Amino acid sequence: MIRKLLATTLVGMGLALMPLAPALAQATPEAFVAKISAEVLDAVKADPALQSGNIQKIIELVDAKVMPSVNFEVMTRSAVGPQWRHATAEQRAKLQAEFKSLLVRVYSGALTEIKDQTVQITKTLPVPQSTQVVVQSEVRGKGEPIKLDYRLDKYSDVWKIIDVNVGGIWLVTSYRSQFAPELGKGGIDGLISTLAERNKAAAAGKS
Amino acid sequence: MRSALRATLAATALALAAGCASVPGAPADSAVPMTGSVPVNPVDPWERWNRKVFAFNEAIDEAVVEPVARAWRDHVPQMLRTGVSNFFGNIADIWSTANHFLQGKVGSGMEMGMRVLTNTLFGLGGILDPATEMRMPRRSEDFGQTLGVWGLPAGPYVVLPLLGPSSVRDAVGVPLDRYAEAPSVYLDLNVYASSALQLVSVRAELLATTRLVGEVALDKYSFVRDAYLARRRDLVFDGAPPLETFQDDFEDDPPPAKAN
Repeated sequence: MIRKLLATTLVGMGLALMPLAPALAQATPEAFVAKISAEVLDAVKADPALQSGNIQKIIELVDAKVMPSVNFEVMTRSAVGPQWRHATAEQRAKLQAEFKSLLVRVYSGALTEIKDQTVQITKTLPVPQSTQVVVQSEVRGKGEPIKLDYRLDKYSDVWKIIDVNVGGIWLVTSYRSQFAPELGKGGIDGLISTLAERNKAAAAGKS
Repeated sequence: MRSALRATLAATALALAAGCASVPGAPADSAVPMTGSVPVNPVDPWERWNRKVFAFNEAIDEAVVEPVARAWRDHVPQMLRTGVSNFFGNIADIWSTANHFLQGKVGSGMEMGMRVLTNTLFGLGGILDPATEMRMPRRSEDFGQTLGVWGLPAGPYVVLPLLGPSSVRDAVGVPLDRYAEAPSVYLDLNVYASSALQLVSVRAELLATTRLVGEVALDKYSFVRDAYLARRRDLVFDGAPPLETFQDDFEDDPPPAKAN
C-alpha cells in the first residue's frame, strides 16, 4: 500500500521534473556529471544532517538531485536481467522501489565520508557500438583519491546515469550477481521479498 | 606453458595459505556438482572452502578485531589516530614506490618517492601528511598488482585465513607486501606490537564500510568476492580496464498484463 503510494509519488515527481530535462539536453556528458557532483557535494557540505547519515534527509537529497538524472528503470532492469521480461508492471515498480531503498543506503554510506573532497573529471570514453559514454572522475580528499565513474546513456536527447563505478566496482553489475541466486531460488517475488527484508533489517539497525 | 606456470603458482600460494593445502586440493574434481543447485563459479572454484574460511575470518573479526578497532576509534583522539595511520601509510608508500618502478611507471614512481621524502622530512617522520596538501596524493601499488601488470592472470579467488580476500596471484604477493609494509623492517620496533597497531588502525578506518556491506549485500560472501575481484582488476589496469558491455537487452516487452 505504502509502497504503491511511494511508487506513484516517484512517478509524480518524475513528471514534475520533466520540464527541467530539456535544459540539460545540450549539456556535454562532462558538464552533466560535474553539475550533479557539485550539487551533491555542496548540499552535503552545507548540511550536517546529511553527513551524519540522516536517512530521511538523504532520501530527500536523492529524490531532488540524483533521481532526475538517473534512469532508474534501466538500472533495475539490468540488475534483474532476463527475468525482468516476465515481471508484471506491479512487480517492476516494487523491484524499483526496493532497489532504490537499498541503493540509498549505499549512497548514505558514501555521503557520511564527505568532508573536504573535490571532484575532478578526468576523462570521457565513448562506449563502442552504443550511444553510451563513461565519464571518469576522481574524488580527491585527505586519503587516496577514489575513482568514481558514471555510465551515461541518451534517452530522447537527455543524458541519464545508468550505472556508477566506485573504486573499480560497477554497482549494477555487482547487484546483478547478488540478484541472480535469489531469482534462481524464488523468482521475481522471491527477490522482492528478500530486498524488502534486507531494507527493513537495515532500517531497524540504523535507529 | 602458461597453464603450467599457473599451476605452480597455485600450488605455491596454497602452501602459503597457512597449512590449509590439503583441503582445497579438492577443486580439481569439481566436476562433482557442488551442493544442490549452486553452479561452480569459474572465478571461484574453491567456493565451498572459501566460504568456510570467510566465516572463520568473520567470527574472529567479530569477536576480537572489530571490538578493538571500535574502541580505538571511540576512545583515542582523532589526531593521534590520524598520526598513526599516516605513519603506517608512509612506510607502506615506500613499498608502493618500489612497485611503481617495478611496473615501469617511472613518473608516478618518482612522485611517490617525493611523497615519502616530503612526509618523512617535513611530516615528522610520516606522522603528518603534508604531501597530500602539496598535491602528491597517495597512489598505492602492491606486489600483486605488479604481478598483474607483468601479465600474470589473477587465477581463482582465495580467501586467506585472517588476511581475507585474495586471488592466487595476489596471495603470492601478500607475504612480500606484509614484510615490506611493516615498520619493523626499517625501524627498531617490536614486530608484534607494531603489526597489531597497524591492524587496528586499518580496521578502524574500515568500520563504516564493513557495516555498510553487511547492510546492503544480499550475500556478503559473494558481494565481497565480486567487489574484491573487480577492484583488483581495476587497480591492475590503473583505473582503466577494458569497458564491459552494459547488459540491458531485457527491455520493454510490456509486462504480461495480469495474464492467467
